[in-house]
Amino acid sequence: MKKTLFDKVWDSHVVRKIENGPDVLFIDRHMVHEVTSPVAFLGLKNRALPVLYPARTFATADHNTPTVNQHLPVADPLSRNQLKALERNANEYGISYWGLGHQKNGIVHVVGPEYGITQPGATIVCGDSHTSTHGAFGAIAFGIGTSEVEMVLATQCIMQPKPKKMRIVINGSLKKGVTPKDVALFIISKLTTSGATGYFVEYAGEVFEQLSMEGRMTVCNLSIEMGARGGMIAPDQKTFEYIKDREFTPQGAAWDKAMAYWNTLYTDQGAAFDKEYLFEGADIDPMITFGTNPGMGISITKAIPKASEIEGAQSTYEKSLTYMGYKEGEKMEGKPIDYVFIGSCTNGRIEDFRAFASIVKGHKRAENVTAWLVPGSHKVLNAIKEEGLLEILEEAEFKLREPGCSACLAMNDDKIPAGKYAVSTSNRNFEGRQGPGARTLLASPLVAAAAAITGKITDPRTLI
Amino acid sequence: MAYDSFNKLTSTAVPLPIENIDTDQIIPARFLKATERKGFGDNLFRDWRFNQDDTPKQDFVLNNPTYSGKILIGGRNFGSGSSREHAAWAIYDYGFRCVVSSFFADIFRNNCLNIGVLPVQVSPAFLAEIFEAIENDPTTSITVDLTSQKIQLDKSGSAESFEINSYKKENMLNGYDDIDYLNNIKSEIEDFASKTPL
Repeated sequence: MKKTLFDKVWDSHVVRKIENGPDVLFIDRHMVHEVTSPVAFLGLKNRALPVLYPARTFATADHNTPTVNQHLPVADPLSRNQLKALERNANEYGISYWGLGHQKNGIVHVVGPEYGITQPGATIVCGDSHTSTHGAFGAIAFGIGTSEVEMVLATQCIMQPKPKKMRIVINGSLKKGVTPKDVALFIISKLTTSGATGYFVEYAGEVFEQLSMEGRMTVCNLSIEMGARGGMIAPDQKTFEYIKDREFTPQGAAWDKAMAYWNTLYTDQGAAFDKEYLFEGADIDPMITFGTNPGMGISITKAIPKASEIEGAQSTYEKSLTYMGYKEGEKMEGKPIDYVFIGSCTNGRIEDFRAFASIVKGHKRAENVTAWLVPGSHKVLNAIKEEGLLEILEEAEFKLREPGCSACLAMNDDKIPAGKYAVSTSNRNFEGRQGPGARTLLASPLVAAAAAITGKITDPRTLI
Repeated sequence: MAYDSFNKLTSTAVPLPIENIDTDQIIPARFLKATERKGFGDNLFRDWRFNQDDTPKQDFVLNNPTYSGKILIGGRNFGSGSSREHAAWAIYDYGFRCVVSSFFADIFRNNCLNIGVLPVQVSPAFLAEIFEAIENDPTTSITVDLTSQKIQLDKSGSAESFEINSYKKENMLNGYDDIDYLNNIKSEIEDFASKTPL
């Protein structure tokens, strides 16, 4: 029987199949953060259940954490309480905890791979939809709800029907100034935010093979934005080199044994998918969104589509443009912006800061722009300093903040004010996502950098 | 019993004919800071329902006394976005027991099933018929019968069947949850884990 990469990993983790029902799926590694876990721990207490395998769960604090003055107590009492609850629960149940101030602290989907928690062929879940990030390593990784967090803590399993399989192949190579973020926004613009609902995606083809691990993480991270349960890429030499000798990766004989398994993780020739898409790398331009979901993206050189040209309800489309303060047919280039945010589990890795620095080097931040530069972890923060990027950023009048989810979801203090336009390297441009009334334009670190120094939407290719 | 069982529900419904309603609209992230499952209904559709000074927005359907009921009817692709179960909790806590749409996002659908809110997926045509019936008569009664997997507009008798796998159906009918099931097969899980290195 010919199997896809997804089949191989899923099938080898099925504890039991229920007829006309879900599979009982064993979870290798579980990550928790402060927002979606407290009610799960409360559920355990109410049922008087222990955590079955505490060594398989890893906790970090990221959503609520401030990105300035992290050495001071968290000002918001509700955030402080939620962070304390995670620390208490982790200690009580013997779960490793990388809280605020810990050198390993950072965004859950950034630190997981950094410390080798993320591995090929593993099943990984977290109460966060962007868990799909870890699929970059050939893992099955997806977001779950709090009831399922409780299930994993109590039984190391969840119960879900096996999703359908989709493959997205992009061959050729990317043009200058086109980044993994543009690839993802391009795919979502073609498939819409519900185009992959019910599917697990495998990304394949030359473009993904050429991407770095950071780039693959960006692409897999955004799988959920087209509705997919998750996305994955077959592990290769690049994957193995990335994870070798990290804290939680197997060592010595265990590494060799793991490699023997990891080398089997690819889609067999002729294995069947329920749906396949084929695109050309050369057709992708730098992208930007103009509306209120990640599917509303276009090439930065294009005009906002007319309502008559799009699928779906016209009233919903008009509501979206009204919220954004835009009109159909307007060009995106040249529109003024107020904020730039670089960071998040989508684009908060070292490669993203390198890209940002490559554009702003030798320029100055535009006077009308407030810029928040937020590394995804302390490791990223340290790399920015070690590689000399900090000098470049400071020279261009940008300040670096401390790690966390920051303005991606406006749960902490970093909120974009109502009515303001933010070019953001994060993952969602939903109404109010970055603060009540905030208007988000999703884009790559290069587009964000070009906007940050020009004060308006600018094709970064004009600055390279 | 882990949550309320769901058998048959007859109620008026609240229409929200907007597509792609995401979980950030259902409950914005800044209201996810509780450590207990309490009070989320107060912030259901917070930014569509209230102005920034906390006064109600009169044109939003939840602030319109004409519409009420235990069934929420939403446009296509309901619940996209974040995995926050808080979205399902907010819907439940507000008083809804059933959400009807022509398409649901996966995680949201799962979360609903896991807490005893029934997601009912209907055809686009039947969804349009429901919206039209409520527009014509806000007291339109709808019956959702889980046993027969049927949703019906009571006045016209127009009906459609809906899908749910038999495992989840049994859970909903009895108010069981997955942890009950998983706990009963713990030794099988432990055997599996012993063969699966960390």
